[in-house]
Amino acid sequence: MPAPPVRSPVHLAASLDGGGQYEAGHFTALARLAEQGTLDFVTLGDSFTRPGLEALAVLSRVAPATERIGLVPVVNTTHTEPFHVSSAVATLDWVSRGRAGWSPEVSTTEAEARLFGRRPAARSAEVWHEAREVADVAAKLWDSWEDDAEIRDQATGRFIDRDKLHHVDFEGRTFSVRGPAVVPRPPQGHPVTVVDATAADPRAAAVRHADVALVRTQDPLAARTAREELLDRARAHGRDPERLRVLGSIPVALHTTADAVELAGLIGDWHDERAVDGFHLRLADPERDLALIVKATVPVLQHRCLLRRFYPGATLREHLGLTRPVNQYATAGGVRHGHG
Amino acid sequence: MATGRSTTTGRNRTTQTNATTRANATTHKNATTHKNASTHRKQIHLAAHFPGADNTTVWADPRSRSQIDFSSFEHLARTAERGKFDFFFLAEGLRLREHKGRVHDLDVAGRPESLTLLNALAAVTDWLGLAATMNATFNEPYEIARRFASLDHLSGGRAAWNVVASPDAFTGENFRRAGRPDRVDLDQGLDSARPGETLSTRAAEFLSTARELWDSWAEGGTPKPVVHHGRHFSVEGRFGVPRSPQGHPVVIQAGDSGEDREFAASAADVILTRHGTLEAGRARYADVKGRLARHGREPDDLKIMPGVTVVLGDTAAEAQEKAAEIRRQQVSPQNAILALEQVWGRDLSAYDPDGPLPALDPVPESALVQGRAKIANAPQTAARWRALSEAKGLSIRQTVIESTGRQSFIGTPDAVAAELDTFVQSDAADGFVLVPHLTPGGLDDFVDHVVPLLQERGAYRTEYTGTTLRSHLGLRHPVWKG
Repeated sequence: MPAPPVRSPVHLAASLDGGGQYEAGHFTALARLAEQGTLDFVTLGDSFTRPGLEALAVLSRVAPATERIGLVPVVNTTHTEPFHVSSAVATLDWVSRGRAGWSPEVSTTEAEARLFGRRPAARSAEVWHEAREVADVAAKLWDSWEDDAEIRDQATGRFIDRDKLHHVDFEGRTFSVRGPAVVPRPPQGHPVTVVDATAADPRAAAVRHADVALVRTQDPLAARTAREELLDRARAHGRDPERLRVLGSIPVALHTTADAVELAGLIGDWHDERAVDGFHLRLADPERDLALIVKATVPVLQHRCLLRRFYPGATLREHLGLTRPVNQYATAGGVRHGHG
Repeated sequence: MATGRSTTTGRNRTTQTNATTRANATTHKNATTHKNASTHRKQIHLAAHFPGADNTTVWADPRSRSQIDFSSFEHLARTAERGKFDFFFLAEGLRLREHKGRVHDLDVAGRPESLTLLNALAAVTDWLGLAATMNATFNEPYEIARRFASLDHLSGGRAAWNVVASPDAFTGENFRRAGRPDRVDLDQGLDSARPGETLSTRAAEFLSTARELWDSWAEGGTPKPVVHHGRHFSVEGRFGVPRSPQGHPVVIQAGDSGEDREFAASAADVILTRHGTLEAGRARYADVKGRLARHGREPDDLKIMPGVTVVLGDTAAEAQEKAAEIRRQQVSPQNAILALEQVWGRDLSAYDPDGPLPALDPVPESALVQGRAKIANAPQTAARWRALSEAKGLSIRQTVIESTGRQSFIGTPDAVAAELDTFVQSDAADGFVLVPHLTPGGLDDFVDHVVPLLQERGAYRTEYTGTTLRSHLGLRHPVWKG
């Protein structure tokens, strides 16, 4: 089956990474700038060894100071508790009123393992298998409250309908989780899962769990092949390929308005090649590059009808054209699962 | 959508104005401190507790709003900041409570992840301290030290951590460590869920490891590698976050046992306690403060703040009537049977809440209730309830309502302000954590009517004089132990 046609207008995202920033104001200003350019989302990287604040904390701080921009922090799944990870990402979705995503990442270094002293560093295949399990249990926990679980029924004195809360009883290789979640189902149902699918191990996670897959390449034909492969494999896992966006992740360093216009040209060329659904721009200097993108790249793309002029929706899923997921525990006929 | 935009713009303008004021506050700090010192009146500290997942939170009231929407948290935090409170406080819940093997459905359930929520609140407040309860049992020191340091940076020095330990197997079913308890946990018996579990050696080492990480960056300097090999934790490497505005976030400890007090005296900045009589408060205050010298600390280095409930009325009688009505709301017919089952340890669902107490005896060590503190001395409690019921001719529900603790302060704003001040001036407390029964407007009346009276008495700040939570609490900047 052919891959679904690339999305038009294109989806745009940008990274806010840049060393040595600890002030909330720095990140808020960048996110507002990205919002001015009607980008779909911003990403913020993280690792336990790099100097810097926790990415999810930073984007939670940014959430109330912005209105539309999607917020996607990198979240480590190797040295953290899957239950806490699921709760924190769900809470980011609540405080941003439906604009949260997360990008699961793993740790394979001895340096990070020694900061925790719980387990030795493990191979990529092993920790990415675990990351897949974390993504799986996170989705189960987000679904463990049905949307209408809170009833406040005065007649029976019940705050919740416990038939609409579910134990998840997840048994993974390295952890188990009983559930249900403590955080009610987030506004988007599932916050958006973004996976950098460039390497083979995370690609196996992306085809199973990602809503957005990033592919690092500078060649539109290679990107197109990668996109088709990702969508085929997603289909092979029983997923609807229409529910996976593939963004080319490209390094960007702009010095002049002319550079920014050239970037718009490149985006247009890739779109003409039907290579990807959009772009994740890895900015060399977020302050400088984002300002130029908003000033020159965005207007050119808008003029060519390759980029929207406003946000038609309120949630990150709406920006990406992704529907709100059906709850895996909810049953249409009202027949309850055995849990509760 | 248009309304949302204009509101946000308005808020941003406020934020900018306050940010300017914040910068000026540091300059004026010395002058204000001097003025306060000249009056010699002990200052009251206040904190706001977000209504939690138990039956003290009345969800059936028409004024009750969402327990999860950000707007509810924003409302209470802004109210607290309007009232010049020291901090906003979130409790923790890592597993939904269960009753008879099923999720408990009578009380408020569900909550956000605390630190994520507090980082968001930092965006809509400028001065208010932001305190989260974080468990030492189901977390690791490196990650928690990093998360609190991040909050402290992102809030400009307003972070606080209430350190708790709760090694119960029921909660553990949601976590890695439950499946793989380490050596020490096995020694101590992870399965022995103890009511009111106090700070274990794990929590103490957890905190001291976090402090080593926070201290590994000199102010404005470069990091030194941390090497910690203790009984519970092994942490080696460089900490990723430079020294935060407060140096160390404010450390809170909750509890009333001797062990709790000793731990607080050695390591905490604030101790949260139960509220009791003035005399009991004074005895505790003297005991806790008396422990500080042994740890090389001054009495002012640890603030004692009981958790309290307040009911206001235009007259004393009206306040009493409102207080009684709140207790009735807190004990629904279904909650009355549940409370009875907690004490009796058996299924009593067939009993009529408006009928007499059961003649059956309680079952000791019942596993009926999971995820909340067990009732100590259930047989004694049962005997007391029976006696009360017989003496006053009360039904099950009336007995439970009657046995429910009275609110701590009930009266007119004048009377309540005077009483609060008395507790602080006579050294029964340094301040209070206010626990409202309504989300999110439960402290509106207190802030509008009692705070101005405390200010008139000269016992409470009229403006914030510093920018950090440490400065609100009058705590010293921690000495760097690099």
